[in-house]
Amino acid sequence: MEDKLIIGGHAFHSRFILGSGKFSLEMTNAVIENAGVEMATLALRRANVGGEENILDFMPEGITLLPNTSGARNADEAARIARLARELGCGDFVKLEVIRDTKYLLPDNFETIRATEILVKEGFIVMAYMYPDLNVARDLAAAGAAAIMPLGSPIGSNKGLLTKDFIKILVDEIDLPIIVDAGIGRPSQACEAMELGVEAVMANTAIATARDVPLMAKAFKLAIESGRAAYLAGLGRVLEHKAEASSPLTGFLEA
Amino acid sequence: MKLRETNHMEYMEGMEVIASDIMDRVLKATKEYDYYKYTSVDVYSVLQKDALTVDDFAALLSPAAEDFLEVMAQKSKQETAKHFGNSLCMFTPLYISNYCENYCVYCGFNCQNKIKRGKLSFAEIEHEMEVIAATGLREILLLTGESRKSDVEYIGEAVRLATKYFTNIGIEIYPLNTDEYAYLHECGADFVSVYQETYNPDKYEELHLRGPKRIFPYRFYAQERAILGGMRGVAFGSLLGLDDFRKDAFAAGLHAMLLQQKYPQAEISFSFPRLRPFINNADNNPNDVHEPQLLQVMLAYRLFMTYAGITISTRERAGFRDKVAGMVATKLSAGVKVSVGGHDEVSKGDEQFEISDPRTVSEVKQMLKARGLQTVYSDYIRV
Repeated sequence: MEDKLIIGGHAFHSRFILGSGKFSLEMTNAVIENAGVEMATLALRRANVGGEENILDFMPEGITLLPNTSGARNADEAARIARLARELGCGDFVKLEVIRDTKYLLPDNFETIRATEILVKEGFIVMAYMYPDLNVARDLAAAGAAAIMPLGSPIGSNKGLLTKDFIKILVDEIDLPIIVDAGIGRPSQACEAMELGVEAVMANTAIATARDVPLMAKAFKLAIESGRAAYLAGLGRVLEHKAEASSPLTGFLEA
Repeated sequence: MKLRETNHMEYMEGMEVIASDIMDRVLKATKEYDYYKYTSVDVYSVLQKDALTVDDFAALLSPAAEDFLEVMAQKSKQETAKHFGNSLCMFTPLYISNYCENYCVYCGFNCQNKIKRGKLSFAEIEHEMEVIAATGLREILLLTGESRKSDVEYIGEAVRLATKYFTNIGIEIYPLNTDEYAYLHECGADFVSVYQETYNPDKYEELHLRGPKRIFPYRFYAQERAILGGMRGVAFGSLLGLDDFRKDAFAAGLHAMLLQQKYPQAEISFSFPRLRPFINNADNNPNDVHEPQLLQVMLAYRLFMTYAGITISTRERAGFRDKVAGMVATKLSAGVKVSVGGHDEVSKGDEQFEISDPRTVSEVKQMLKARGLQTVYSDYIRV
């Protein structure tokens, strides 16, 4: 069976979601091609319709746009930005981020739930950026989110999966795609996240700050594919097998 | 008229007093800041850290850190890239009036200077804005001197006009009360710049002889009132070289940090105007801010507040601005006129200071591109 990522009823082959805005816009095409991505985020605040360096002008045909609500400090602001994105022709997908701390840029889970409730009612396909908390993820699912996007570590930090154990809980318990959104600093960390069973990885800074941006995009593509394959192959079985073979505590049992 | 007629620490009638202890905390810490106590060992250990404390910031501003400029610059470049990628926001200032009631001894606009004064009409403002917007810019900073000839209603109308052409509107005007900031926010302004000039109240008193600006605490609390009035972001700075620049730089950074702690949603940014050292002045005046000292201050800010916006002024030469873009600065002005109006027609009033980088918007954009950086025209959405 073909392995597809399904978000809000839409199928994708690529499990890599590309962030934008931190590398030169004219590189967008090359990066998207190297990364093999089908979905790319863009900050709506960077849309300069009819003006110079309008991020929307640089997104290639066929790519699914994932406008984010960057700049929103509460649910109502996020909803307004999402509506504006739709009016600009960005479609129904929205990467919801609600942040009211300019220092750490950590998401406000409570307002994110509230914004999800509002936006789902208006027909948006909501992919919610959040701090990995099981109760919040359940509330987001109940509110109709299409995907849950927990952070791996603080955005832009390149520190990798500091929240690994909590993300694993979401993978185990939530019946929606879990997509690691922030903090992935290197391909090996993206691979590790995929091995864990997350459905996709999003990255931006790690690629944008590389010496060769398109090449790093490719490295991420390969790492994500590799991690996915490892997950599907069943990473845990080697250990299980070993445990069965030795059985030091139960080997005395007779049939 | 009698000079220095008022106590500079006492509010004048009509000036709003808010409940805040930030000024006392900043002044106390600045008074106690002894930058000679830091050694290269202290600086080295700070440079190993991920997140800096106030004391670490103090160490990076010390004379001992001057030997570490290259290391600080390398680290700063990484931090800037992590937080802002390769993007640089571009904007231009528009002076709409230079009438001023203040007597600040170092300023070209001061009320004792016999300069050509002027104020743009609304038609002239709109025309200037059209000319600026045609360069592609979407961010503007409106400036005035401090005078009832450019009252809040006048500024508000200018802001309303700006919303037709720009997505991001900042104001660099005299300090206001909270309700006045709220009014200008409603008109469309979101960012407020107020520079304390010096955080040493005694020096401040000597330099600001007359006018509302003489009142130190009212100016100090301008950013906090702006945030309370609903403004989204505030800018801080001192005029480096007026007094002890290390202490003034320390104080402005601490001021901003404490405000962000109290209002975590506030966007923080900095500018670093400096008085250029006089040629023929003593070589070793500790208050002199040459380029290495200016860069040291900027780098210390970046490493202390990795998330903050840092603007580099056209007071600095092109060769300096080009190199700090992307290394530490995240925003720069271009196509700058510091006279009243003057973007298209002949200016209506004289300049506040001389600029050192007269390049146009497209010239600056070309420079950034050549350096592998991208120009961001729009990075703001008003919601």
